Amino acid sequence: MAEDVLTPEHSLVAHQFEDAGQQREASRLGMWAFLSTEILFFGAVFVAYAVYRLRWPDDYRQGSLELKWYLGAINTAVLLLSSFFMALGVHASELGQNSRLIRNLILTIVLGSLFLAIKATEYYLEYEDGLVPGASFRMEPPPEEAGSGFARAVKSFERAISRAPKGQGEVARRTRAEEQFMVFYFIMTGIHATHMVIGIALLCVLVWMARRRKFSAAYNNPVEITGLYWHFVDTVWVFLFPILYLLRNP
Amino acid sequence: MATIPGDLPYIPAYEAPPTYLNVAHTVRSWLLTKDHKRIALLYLFSITFFFAIGGVAATIMRVHLLAPAGLLVEEMTYNKLFTMHGVIMVWFFLIPSIPTTMGNFLIPLMIGARDLAFPKLNLASWYLFMAAGFFILLALLLGGVDTGWTFYTPYSSRSSNTYVTLAVLAIFINGFSSILTGLNFIVTIHTMRAPGMTWFRLPLFCWSHYATSLVMVLATPVLAITLALVGIERVFKVGIFDPAIGGDPVLMQHLFWFYSHPAVYIMILPAFGVVSELVTCFSRKRPFGYEFIAFSSLAIAMIGFLVWAHHMFVANISIYAGMAFSLLSFLVAVPSAIKVFNWTATLYKGSVALDTPMLCALGFIGLFTLGGLTGVMLATLGFDVHVHDTYFVIAHFHYIMVGGSVIAYFGGLHFWWPKMTGRMYNEWAGRIAAALIFLGFNLTFFPQFVLGYLGMPRRYHSYPPEFQVYNVLSTAGASILAVGYALPFFYLLWSLRYGRLAGPNPWRATGLEWQTTSPPPKDNFEKIPVVTEEAYAYYKLAPQGMAALGSVAAAEARETGGGES
Ligand SMILES: [Cu+2]
Repeated sequence: MAEDVLTPEHSLVAHQFEDAGQQREASRLGMWAFLSTEILFFGAVFVAYAVYRLRWPDDYRQGSLELKWYLGAINTAVLLLSSFFMALGVHASELGQNSRLIRNLILTIVLGSLFLAIKATEYYLEYEDGLVPGASFRMEPPPEEAGSGFARAVKSFERAISRAPKGQGEVARRTRAEEQFMVFYFIMTGIHATHMVIGIALLCVLVWMARRRKFSAAYNNPVEITGLYWHFVDTVWVFLFPILYLLRNP
Repeated sequence: MATIPGDLPYIPAYEAPPTYLNVAHTVRSWLLTKDHKRIALLYLFSITFFFAIGGVAATIMRVHLLAPAGLLVEEMTYNKLFTMHGVIMVWFFLIPSIPTTMGNFLIPLMIGARDLAFPKLNLASWYLFMAAGFFILLALLLGGVDTGWTFYTPYSSRSSNTYVTLAVLAIFINGFSSILTGLNFIVTIHTMRAPGMTWFRLPLFCWSHYATSLVMVLATPVLAITLALVGIERVFKVGIFDPAIGGDPVLMQHLFWFYSHPAVYIMILPAFGVVSELVTCFSRKRPFGYEFIAFSSLAIAMIGFLVWAHHMFVANISIYAGMAFSLLSFLVAVPSAIKVFNWTATLYKGSVALDTPMLCALGFIGLFTLGGLTGVMLATLGFDVHVHDTYFVIAHFHYIMVGGSVIAYFGGLHFWWPKMTGRMYNEWAGRIAAALIFLGFNLTFFPQFVLGYLGMPRRYHSYPPEFQVYNVLSTAGASILAVGYALPFFYLLWSLRYGRLAGPNPWRATGLEWQTTSPPPKDNFEKIPVVTEEAYAYYKLAPQGMAALGSVAAAEARETGGGES
C-alpha cells in the first residue's frame, strides 16, 4: 500500500471497492434497489386507496371536491420545476462545475421548501374545514363565515373562481367513507412530505459537501443518486395529484 | 525494511497476521465495526438471544398443553405466549437467521470481495434490528401482545387492549433492517465479484441469497406500510380496516399475506443455499444440475409473490380467486421439487461423509420434503377448508421453518464455524445434537399433523381429553428438541477455547472462502483472487484425493488410532 500514490480520485474510493467505476456502479444500483422498495411501499397504499375508491366512488368524489385543487396544481408545477433544477445540478456536477452545482441545488431546496409550505397551508385549511379525520372531523361542513380570517378569504376566493352557479357548489353532508378518503389523503401526502423533508436534508448535505469541493467530474455519485431519489419523490406526486385532486367528475 | 545498526542482520520474529477477530479488541471496535464478519457475529449473538426467548415461550406452551384443561397459564397469558413466540421467532430469528449471520459473513468471501458494497448500511441494519428488538422486548415486559403474529384486524385495531402499537412499531423498524440487508446483498453480488467470478461460477449459496434479497426488498415494504396502517387506525381511531367504521379487514389480510407468504421464502431460500453447499461438499461432487438449482431459487422467489391468498380460502374470497391461488401455489412445488431431486442426484454415487453438517443437510431434505408435500395438500381448496386454522397448519409450517430453516441454520453454523472462529467443535457432540434435533423435532410435530386432522384448532389453551395423548407426545418431543438446541450452545462455546485448530480448509471444500485463513484477515484476502473455475471443482480432488480425504471423523479416528479403517 505504501507505494500507492494518493491521487484525489483514489482517496474517494472506499476501501471495499477496486476503483471509482465499481463504486459508481454500486451506488447507482443501490439507489435503484432502494427505489424499488419505495415503489412497493407506496404501492400498497395506492392499492388500498384504489380498492376503497372503487367501493365508495361517490363519497371519494365528494372528498376530492373538498380538496384545494388549485393549491395541488401549483404544487405540481413547483415540484416539476424543482426536478428541472435538480437535473441541471446533476449535469453541472458531471461537468465538474462546482458553483453551478451549488446554485442549482439551492434552487431545488428553495422550491422543495415552497412545496412543503403550500402543503402545510393546505393542511391548515383542511383543519379549519373540519376535514382532519379522527376526533376533529366534522360531519357537517362548517358555515362559510366560520374559521380564521385567512380561511374565509380563501373561501371567497374559491367562490370567485368557481364556475358553478351559486348554491350548487355547496358541499353535502359528509360521510364515514369521505372521512376514510381524508385518512388516505393525509397518509399518502404525509408519507410523500416526509420523503420531501428527507430529500431536502440530503440536498443540504450536498450543498455543504460541494462548498468543501468534494465533487468533481470524476466523483459525483452522491449528487447523482440524490437526484434519482428526488425525481422519484417528484414522480410519486405526479401520481398522487390526479388520483386525489382531479377525479372529481361522476 | 528496517535495518539494525551493527553487522547482525535483522530477523523479525514470526507473527501471525491479525485476523478479523484480534485486529482490535475494544468494545468500540465491535460496536462501530464496518467489517461484514464482525457484523455477522453481532447478529449471531442477537438472534441467539431472541431464539432463546422465543424458545422459552414455546416451552411454556408445550408444558401447559400437557393436560386438557391446561397446566400453567390463563387464557390471556396463553394468547400472549403464542403471539410472542410467533413474532420473535419469525422476525427476530428466522427472517434474519441465515442471511444476516452466514450471508453477511460469507457472501463477500465467496465472491472474492473485501466487504459488502455498503458496510455502513450493514452496520445500520444491525442497529435498526436492535432498536426493533428493544421495542418488542419493551412490549413483552410491559405486558405483551395477544393478537397472534398475524395482527388481524379488527381485533388488533379495536378489541385488543395490549401493546399492539409498540409491537407493530418494532416490526416496522425490523422491516427496514431486513430491507437494508437485502439491498446490500443484491448490490454486492452484482458489482463486487472478483475478476473471473462469473454468474455461473457463483456458489449456489450466493444464488439463493440473491433470490432471498429480491424478496426482502420487494415484499418487506408492503408489510411495513400495512402494519403502519394498523397502528394509525389504532392510535387515531380512523376507519382503514375496521368494518365498523368503513374499513375492510380482508384487505388487511391481503396486504399482510402479500408480504408474509414471500416471507416464508426469505426464511427457506437461504436454507436451500446452505444445503446446496453442504450436500456438494460432503458428497465430494459438483452439484447435479447447478443451473436448475440456481434458477429454481429465482423461480420460487417470483412465483412466491403470486400465491398469498392461499391463506385466505375461508376469508370469503371469491371461489375463482381461490382456484387461481390454489393452482399458483401448486406451481411453487415444481422448483422446490427440482431442488430436492437435484440434491438427491448429487448424493448418488457421491463419496458421502456423515459429518454433523451433512447430518443436518440430510435431515433438512427429508423434513423439507414432508413440509412441502403437506403444503401442497393445504393449497388444495377442499382439504384446506377441513384443516384451516388447525394444528395441521402448525405442523406443516414448522416442518418448513424448523425442520427446514432451523436445521439448515445449524448445519451451516457447524460447517462454517471453523471458518468463523478458527476452531473445530467436538464432532461426536455435534452428531448427537443433530440426531436429537431430528428425533425431537419429528416427535414434536408429527403428532400435530394427526391432531390437526382430527380437528384440534390452533391457538387454543385447552382441548378435549381425547387429544391428550398426541399433546403429551408432542411435549415429550419438544423436551428432546430443547436438549438438542441447547447442546451446540455449550460445545460450540467450548470449542472457542479448547477446540482443535481448524486450519484454512478443514473440510477440504472448494470455494473461495476456504482459500483464506481461518479466521480470515480483516480484508478477507491478502490479494483479491482471480477465479478461473467453477465453485465446485471437486472432480479435481478425485480420484487420489477421494480416499485420502474422507470425513473429519475418519481423520480423528486415524489420529487416535481407532476404528473405521
Ligand atoms: Cu403461504
